[in-house]
Amino acid sequence: MTDIPAKASVASASSGSVLLTLMKARTFIALIAVLIFFSIAAPNFLSAANLILMSKHVALNAFLAMGMTFVIITGGIDLSVGSIVGLCGMVAGYLVLNGIDLQVGYTIYFNVFEIALITLAVGILIGAVNGLLITRLNVAPFIATLGVLYVARGLALLSSDGRTFPNLVGKPDLGTTGFGFLGAGRLLGLPVSIWILVVVAVGAAYLAKYTPLGRHIFAVGGNERAARISGVRVNMVKMFVYMFSGFCAAVVGLIISSELMASHPATGESFELNAIAAAVLGGTSMSGGRGTIGGTIVGAFVIGILSDGLVMMGVSSFWQMVIKGLVIIVAVVVDQAQRRLQSRVTLMQMAKAG
Amino acid sequence: MTAAGDHDVILKLEDVSKIYSGTVAVKRANFEVRKGAVNVLVGENGAGKSTLMKIIAGVEQPTLGRILLEGEEVSFSSSGDAVNRGIGMVFQELNLFGNLSVAENIFATREITNRFRKIDSREQERRAAEFLERLQAGIRPDMLVEDLRIGQQQLVEIAKAVSLDARILIMDEPTSALSAAEVEILFKVIADLKARGVAIVYISHRLEELIRIGDYITVLRDGRITGQERMKNVDTQWIVRQMIGSDAKDFAKPDGHVPGDEIFRAEDICLPRVTGGLAVDHVSLSLRAGEILGIYGLMGAGRSELFDCIMGRHGHATGAIFIAGKKVRERDTTRRIRRGLALIPEDRQREGLVSILSVASNLTLASLSRFVRLFHISGAKENQAVTQMVRELAIKVADPAQEVSSLSGGNQQKVVIGKALLTGPKVLLMDEPSRGIDVGAKADVFRTMRKLSRDGLGILFATSDLDEVMALSDRIAVMSNGKLTGMFDRAEATEAALVAASALGHGPVPHMEPRP
Repeated sequence: MTDIPAKASVASASSGSVLLTLMKARTFIALIAVLIFFSIAAPNFLSAANLILMSKHVALNAFLAMGMTFVIITGGIDLSVGSIVGLCGMVAGYLVLNGIDLQVGYTIYFNVFEIALITLAVGILIGAVNGLLITRLNVAPFIATLGVLYVARGLALLSSDGRTFPNLVGKPDLGTTGFGFLGAGRLLGLPVSIWILVVVAVGAAYLAKYTPLGRHIFAVGGNERAARISGVRVNMVKMFVYMFSGFCAAVVGLIISSELMASHPATGESFELNAIAAAVLGGTSMSGGRGTIGGTIVGAFVIGILSDGLVMMGVSSFWQMVIKGLVIIVAVVVDQAQRRLQSRVTLMQMAKAG
Repeated sequence: MTAAGDHDVILKLEDVSKIYSGTVAVKRANFEVRKGAVNVLVGENGAGKSTLMKIIAGVEQPTLGRILLEGEEVSFSSSGDAVNRGIGMVFQELNLFGNLSVAENIFATREITNRFRKIDSREQERRAAEFLERLQAGIRPDMLVEDLRIGQQQLVEIAKAVSLDARILIMDEPTSALSAAEVEILFKVIADLKARGVAIVYISHRLEELIRIGDYITVLRDGRITGQERMKNVDTQWIVRQMIGSDAKDFAKPDGHVPGDEIFRAEDICLPRVTGGLAVDHVSLSLRAGEILGIYGLMGAGRSELFDCIMGRHGHATGAIFIAGKKVRERDTTRRIRRGLALIPEDRQREGLVSILSVASNLTLASLSRFVRLFHISGAKENQAVTQMVRELAIKVADPAQEVSSLSGGNQQKVVIGKALLTGPKVLLMDEPSRGIDVGAKADVFRTMRKLSRDGLGILFATSDLDEVMALSDRIAVMSNGKLTGMFDRAEATEAALVAASALGHGPVPHMEPRP
């Protein structure tokens, strides 16, 4: 190494900070860019009806991405969320249509609220299975959740022999009506699913910033050994993030079957990849320790708007995939460049000081 | 400064600096390596010796400055580059593949192959055996490296470097885990290499060793070179003066307070080693409130492992610990911290800090529950505790929200100490608390230790630095090979006695002992 590049980078250190700020805000810049682009390129893009419809699409991915963000911050990955969406949808559909047969001549039917609770519990339970595999049996997160991905999907298909549970209106005399509220209902003019997203997102952001559990999630991802020595219950933290991810997936399963008023066992295939993409686009580091809920939500919006906007412009779905892939790659490349620039700026500051 | 010599300069560093995030390891160093001579490099822990050598060996690239090899400017982008130019290195931390055989390690990346690019294991083992023979190590080339003692592993590392046929051979503390007999053999090998015109760069803490084999000496302090001389012109005092400088070590004098009742006791702590035997071998000790108990021992003596056992980091460790006379039944770290134990680990980066979190988050990481109402972290309370700790420990940081990795090594260490103190411990375990930090920060750390002991904390601190253990401890325990081999009162401890006790069980070992 000669002294020429070193000198050059000293000179760029001050201009580097401007570039650094731009790079840090990249997801926001991307969001604004896609909004402006599509409002010009796609007719009706900015109409209220279209914006609400898009938000509903985005919300589904955003739920999964939030759960995924926590998991990735701890240094793990959850590939099973798509399958949990499918399985939870089937659980809800089954309970609406069939109830639980007690085998003694009685069948219990639950009201919609109870069905929602049971479904969420199933999601959390599968998350707990992921967590136990990873913490107690030391299975790598990728493998553990990959296994659960297949198991959950298989169970979803088994529950109906691969058929769809159609027409989930329920029967008034059994008290099972009203399942459509989650997907089609509105509060103050906005879809219910958007409200749920707001509540969960605010809760998750609060958890990340103001609770010991949130701090511990970051500590575990940043340096698991140091966290352990500091008395952080690493296994409990990991259990939580996978259970939260399962919970988010169950919410999505409920919303989708409620929107369609039907449960299909293949629902949610490859959703996990969209969730990972949104988290990464939002600045979550795959090596753990870094990420924010806000960033992930913005990331989910970028991906969602991109795909809906391209559909409205009539771009072929094949090209859509290419474009989505490129956006993700660019996002990560910029992320890495930012890290390098940042460490170079601090190193040079120290070199000047010391 | 530079002594005119009869040996040619083969390698020259000019104005070389190396900056890591958090520390300036080497500042504007000028260093010359001479052919057919042993070039000694000394300095305290963290003075930058290893970094300087890694720059020569191409492992690290200098941030500033240039390297001249035989008058020609070179830049090594990897250690492979340096090896190709004839520079070999024996690393301080062993760079061996435990899962491969000795021969495979020696020829790693330079495998001997036949015409079809198939590795010729037999030839490798034959050649490896030749090198091992010269070291009289009694190591078979087909043994797995992970099955060897640490001293034997060091010999393999040396054999590997010798096998490079290097023109410049760097040895970074090659004797730290060797027995006296093995050191003699190593010196013979060095003399042999010297006669063949190889330039040897030799780093060690053992002054008597340096004076014996060195031809030229360079002293580093805090990343700067403070002296360069021919060995025959200097004596021990000169070396020490250059190493420590005018600001002699500030150990904070004892204040004469009397330790109180027993606050901590460990009984019969054992930790089995994966490769068989015990890493901690039936260790029992007790500590009084307000007492500093130094644990002296060489690398691999089992000091860190003992601390790990006390903190509950090894589920399979046996033995009992007591705090203030009450048995600690909790087996996990979290609840032991709550009982009043806190550990300042040896390896700051790997175990002490979460480097991407802020100074404040690191400080409060172990004690968050103190600032929580229901489940909400009270920002005000947390800030207050952070500010107080930053002031008390004199942590130099502009804003506690800064990432901890942007601090210097000494300040990072203070953050680790602050984190432990915020948990309100009764017993503090400090593993090499002064490793890799500058003189000023060391003095601060030692002062803090004194103050804490005055406040009634029991402090167990492990170190391999004789001066430190002699100056700071009320009592000194010596560990060797996992066993407690000595326990001295400060008044009766002598350096010779400590060194003798630390070498017990490290004597010449019968070669090829059967593995359990």
